[in-house]
Amino acid sequence: MSGILVLEQLLNGIGYGLMLFLLAAGLTLVFGIMDVLNLAHGSLFMAGAYVAAEAHTRTGSFAAAIVVAVLVTVVVALLIEVLLMRRLYKRDHLAQVLATFGVILVADDIVKMIWGPSPIMAPTPAALSGPVELMDGLPYPSYRLVILAGGVLMALALYVLVNHTRIGMRVRAGASDRPMAELMGVRVGRIFNGVFLLGAALAALAGALMGPIVAVQVGMGEAILIPALVVLVIGGIGSVRGAFVAALLVGVVDTIGRAFVPMLLRATLPPATAADLGPLFAEVAMYALMVVVLIFRPSGLFSARS
Amino acid sequence: MRPTFLKSPALPRTLLSLLLCGAALGASVSAIAAPVKVGLALDISGPFAALGAEARDGFALGIKQLGGKLGGQDVEFVQADMAGSPDQAKQLVDRMIQRDKIDIFSGPIGSNVALAVGPTLFNAKVPYLSANAGPSQFAGAQCSPYFFGTAYQNDQFHEAAGKFAQDRAFKKIVLIAPNYPAGKDALGGFKRQFKGQVADELYTKLGQIDYAAELAQLRAAKPDSIYFFLPGAMGINFIKQFVGAGLSKDITLVTSGFSADEDVIGAVGEPMLGLFNTSHWAHDLDNAANKAFVAAFRKEYNGRYPSVYAAQAYDAILAMDAAVKQSGGNAQNRDAVVAALKKANYASTRGTFKYANNHFPIENFYLRVIGKDAQGKVTNKLINTVLTNYGDSYASKCSMK
Repeated sequence: MSGILVLEQLLNGIGYGLMLFLLAAGLTLVFGIMDVLNLAHGSLFMAGAYVAAEAHTRTGSFAAAIVVAVLVTVVVALLIEVLLMRRLYKRDHLAQVLATFGVILVADDIVKMIWGPSPIMAPTPAALSGPVELMDGLPYPSYRLVILAGGVLMALALYVLVNHTRIGMRVRAGASDRPMAELMGVRVGRIFNGVFLLGAALAALAGALMGPIVAVQVGMGEAILIPALVVLVIGGIGSVRGAFVAALLVGVVDTIGRAFVPMLLRATLPPATAADLGPLFAEVAMYALMVVVLIFRPSGLFSARS
Repeated sequence: MRPTFLKSPALPRTLLSLLLCGAALGASVSAIAAPVKVGLALDISGPFAALGAEARDGFALGIKQLGGKLGGQDVEFVQADMAGSPDQAKQLVDRMIQRDKIDIFSGPIGSNVALAVGPTLFNAKVPYLSANAGPSQFAGAQCSPYFFGTAYQNDQFHEAAGKFAQDRAFKKIVLIAPNYPAGKDALGGFKRQFKGQVADELYTKLGQIDYAAELAQLRAAKPDSIYFFLPGAMGINFIKQFVGAGLSKDITLVTSGFSADEDVIGAVGEPMLGLFNTSHWAHDLDNAANKAFVAAFRKEYNGRYPSVYAAQAYDAILAMDAAVKQSGGNAQNRDAVVAALKKANYASTRGTFKYANNHFPIENFYLRVIGKDAQGKVTNKLINTVLTNYGDSYASKCSMK
């Protein structure tokens, strides 16, 4: 096992982790502040991916595609917020899960009506379609580097917003103790609207960035929602810092589980057994991480409500 | 607020009159004639949605060209979306047999669905033309006189790819498939024809979207070629990421036609150029029936090339048409229909082929490569024949003669 292989896998894990972070940050803020569980977050991710793919194919500009995707998704999120979410604030989690699950089904069907059931093409920007020689013997897909950079930038921006601005202070106050924050004059309801839309924008950005490397297809939101929820639980509900650390952890552990464990198994066990056990480990790795974290820190790594 | 029409007093009356109309219509239809009844599964939602939509377009074109008749007889097509779900399919097929009394059945995309509905159809003696799935069970011990794998047997695509790899004399090849029965069968089929060194076999999670971890291992393993069986969106992701990682310079990608047809090309585009794949059909296969089919399909569907799923579905309709005609127009005489189907005497889009004792085809398999057509559109090009008059590996286990 060479150092280059380890380095490459580490980069892969971090890239995947950063995408999970973009999704989980919005999810954790909404859940943390308003105590609203929004399963339709994955559908916003899907909306971002579809709109970006469509806009990119039509305009030929990747940057424009991302801007359009974020704007359209935010408008969609605004509609969902006004028409549905507002009625759910006072209801229990079960009602929220059922209603937002309904949104997933409707969203999938709407996407199917507009773009059809087949996956659609999300072109990679021509300038970024090849690999870059990071160091001798390590060509790395340049597009994945852009994702890495985009994820880091967004994480920094969120960090500054949440930890070093007045708005961020109110958001944190709302997350850690909502009744007290309201008594102190923070209008948590309005803050929430902003946070919900910010979360939608982040999900759309993740979808737009992920589109070109994965398939843009109906149901892509559900597939990534599960790891995003795992990140939310590991990181601690309501904590952006927790989501960031947890997302990187999940990303790296997932990659280790998929890359190195099967390799070790193939080296030590008969091929047939290794072939059966390898993918199993890959699937279990993320959940094993969650179990271990929850044993030692039942409310997550950095719970905002400790 | 409730929609107001629910409260309207006119509603019960409207419903009643609708019901009466329906009853009258039903009575009049049965009084005129007994048309041939064909059950068609349309998997236009669920995991095989994209493939199902292709098959639906193929069926529709065939039905349209025949003027809605089979062998000159009137036909009633009982269509249902089975959504690629074995449970749903079983219920719908039960209903097709018991309520609609179908005479012929075709359609499901997935082998798991075929296996779920097969026994019911065989018990009811309904001829089942499989326009796509070719599970090994129905080719071997569980073969039935009423089942016709009109398209192919599942292993054959992979065996053809293995033969191509063998002929090319690849030195070091890595195989990739998802960890489920069809994935293991695919790699098994490949190895049946490929005698060279298989450097590694990677099994991934079913439905995986990110292949970065696998690609890094491939880079480290430095094979000269890769054979992958990753159906649907999995293959789309794999190809895009493979090219993005710069691996296509040194490694030749080989796959079965399943991961390299129009449905996948539409989603991947240029990165697929140069991808080798094997199939029993190609849109540029040189025979009169195929040329007519491809031209008609492109005219009907805005210049889109048909995929193998569309061709197979179209073929199934032609096979039914021939069988009804050759059985003397009496679709209710099941033995006559089966005997006629067995002759495969019609102008198939893949040219002439024969059925083996297990009712699976003995046919040619071709090598295709993805390139550009005269208009610069990315599509498959036929290169040569890999396997000639090739049967499947399970026929000897079938007790039918």
